[in-house]
Amino acid sequence: MEPKTLFDKIWDAHIVKQVKDGPDVLYIDRHFIHEVTSPVAFLGLKNRGMKVYSPKNTIATPDHNVPTINQHLPIKEELSRVQVDALKANCAANGIELYGLDHKYHGIVHIIGPELGITQPGMTIVCGDSHTSTHGAFGSIAFGIGTSEVEMVFASQCILQPKPKKMRINVEGVLQKDVTAKDIALYFISQISTSGGTGHFIEFAGSAIRSLSMEGRMTLCNMSIECGARGGMIAPDETTFEYIHGREFAPKGADWDQKLATWKQLKSDDNAVFDAEYNFKASDIEPMITYGTNPGMGIGVNGTIPTGQGLTGSDLITFTKSLEYMGLNPGDKIKGKKIDYVFIGSCTNGRIEDFRLFANFVKGKQKAESVTAWIVPGSKKVEQQIREEGIVEILEAAGFALRQPGCSACLAMNDDKVPEGKYAVSTSNRNFEGRQGPGARTMLASPLMVAAAAITGVVSDPRDI
Amino acid sequence: MAIEKFQKLVSSVVPLPIENVDTDQIIPARFLKAVERKGFGDNLFRDWRYKKDGSPNPDFVMNNARFSGKILVAGKNFGSGSSREHAAWAVYDAGFRVVVSSFFADIFKSNVLNNGLLPVQVSDQFLAEIFATVEADPKAQFEVDLIGQTIVNLKTNSTENFEINAYKKECLLNGYDDIDYLISLKAEIAAFEKA
Repeated sequence: MEPKTLFDKIWDAHIVKQVKDGPDVLYIDRHFIHEVTSPVAFLGLKNRGMKVYSPKNTIATPDHNVPTINQHLPIKEELSRVQVDALKANCAANGIELYGLDHKYHGIVHIIGPELGITQPGMTIVCGDSHTSTHGAFGSIAFGIGTSEVEMVFASQCILQPKPKKMRINVEGVLQKDVTAKDIALYFISQISTSGGTGHFIEFAGSAIRSLSMEGRMTLCNMSIECGARGGMIAPDETTFEYIHGREFAPKGADWDQKLATWKQLKSDDNAVFDAEYNFKASDIEPMITYGTNPGMGIGVNGTIPTGQGLTGSDLITFTKSLEYMGLNPGDKIKGKKIDYVFIGSCTNGRIEDFRLFANFVKGKQKAESVTAWIVPGSKKVEQQIREEGIVEILEAAGFALRQPGCSACLAMNDDKVPEGKYAVSTSNRNFEGRQGPGARTMLASPLMVAAAAITGVVSDPRDI
Repeated sequence: MAIEKFQKLVSSVVPLPIENVDTDQIIPARFLKAVERKGFGDNLFRDWRYKKDGSPNPDFVMNNARFSGKILVAGKNFGSGSSREHAAWAVYDAGFRVVVSSFFADIFKSNVLNNGLLPVQVSDQFLAEIFATVEADPKAQFEVDLIGQTIVNLKTNSTENFEINAYKKECLLNGYDDIDYLISLKAEIAAFEKA
């Protein structure tokens, strides 16, 4: 039999029909929805006189728009409130369970799926959100889709999709102290660029990847979309099974044993062929930070901002525009640059491990007075863990206040906006112009880098402190 | 629910020689709060197109009367980032029917195709030539023919072929909708679920 990649095995097992000279009709196991990309799809469905085909496999939560303080009060901003209310009404009309703001399972859609055990190996998972790639950490095929495609899944639990090419990224060796999954992500994107993965689905492999916790693997797969890839995945192993076991919606009893036996088969065959393959050494990776306006513009914290020498035409226009927006000079050191805001949270770094790392670093230290900090858990469960583990006391003693769960300053659809011209060191996933508010200047980094910047008020290497 | 048919178009172009234009630039997140599909065209490239006081930024190409047309031409890797289909809606609602670049982000490409907007991927060289042609003559005309899968720079007569999935081409030529097709597969989907 021809050797297959993990991706091929899962994809092929979900093909309902192959359209001649066209895309595959792919069956979708789980469909996550939120308030921003679903209303037009619900409206389309209604206009066809239809209801959602498989409500039991559809999971809903409002996350993008929600405030991160006083969630018990009505949402002040009208448009946000209308969208959140529309999700509620649409779910009720279609028999979909909603984890709303008052629900104990509420949180960012890509945080709650895994933490509730809904996300499982071997599944196909979609959501109208590019960071759906997060779920690939469990050895599932998970990718973001547009609203027309959300409507396809509503109508048929299937999606028309051309099969992407396969890429493998191997990271071998041991990571340096204070280098995290986020640094691996920013490093590999800086190496292959924001379009280097376009048309491909990535499998991450190698000893450095195996050594990551599930939280770390989710961070890495989450960021896979930032190199243009459709998604990223990691073959499931004991770390994966241990994480899932016992969670609310995980298989139980005999069902668990049966599923586990299947999951253990989920890996790429030894001789499987990938359309592209990259090899990186873990020891080459430094704590990373971005200096520009796309996630590929990242450097080690001790590095210098590129000069742009050798660039011509639209490459040069783009590079110059980016540094002008950031107010940074080519050739300058990034370390020591004064910052104004920090944000820890988002579907990239809003899990319990991220807050443990952050708290462990700031324990016994004090937040710099000049810095405004937004500490936003990814879900109610993460918030609860933060409280139970005594992290909230550590944060408060160091001058930080905990907020309530949501996407928050990652895309600034709620009130958590970085003002124009201000610098934010952020654990989120995108440093695009205006992403954290009109004119906001974002530097992407790990929770540890964010902690170091919060304490010193400047871009700092956590290993120096 | 048919999409608008597309066969052939001759038009001048609106040039945007910037690379990696992400969907946050095409339409910033704060304009995603609608529950219906309307009015997105006004916010296309919002933060580049308008000043902080809401007045048009004269430096932005869409506010320059010299440039107009139904073809948007952008630098490589257009549409990266967020999966928001609002980006495709904004481009379409602003009157464009074709987007030309030397590289498109995947999700954006499928989103535009699902909305009757044709993505035309050309070589870096052909793209550079378009920018040069339009800089010299803003009214230069270009022909995009979906049946023949060609784009012609009518000023220089240089031509390039572009790729499109045969199924998607059929959909666009005839205005077919994917969802109608999927609904027609009901029996096959039910059989898959039982197996």
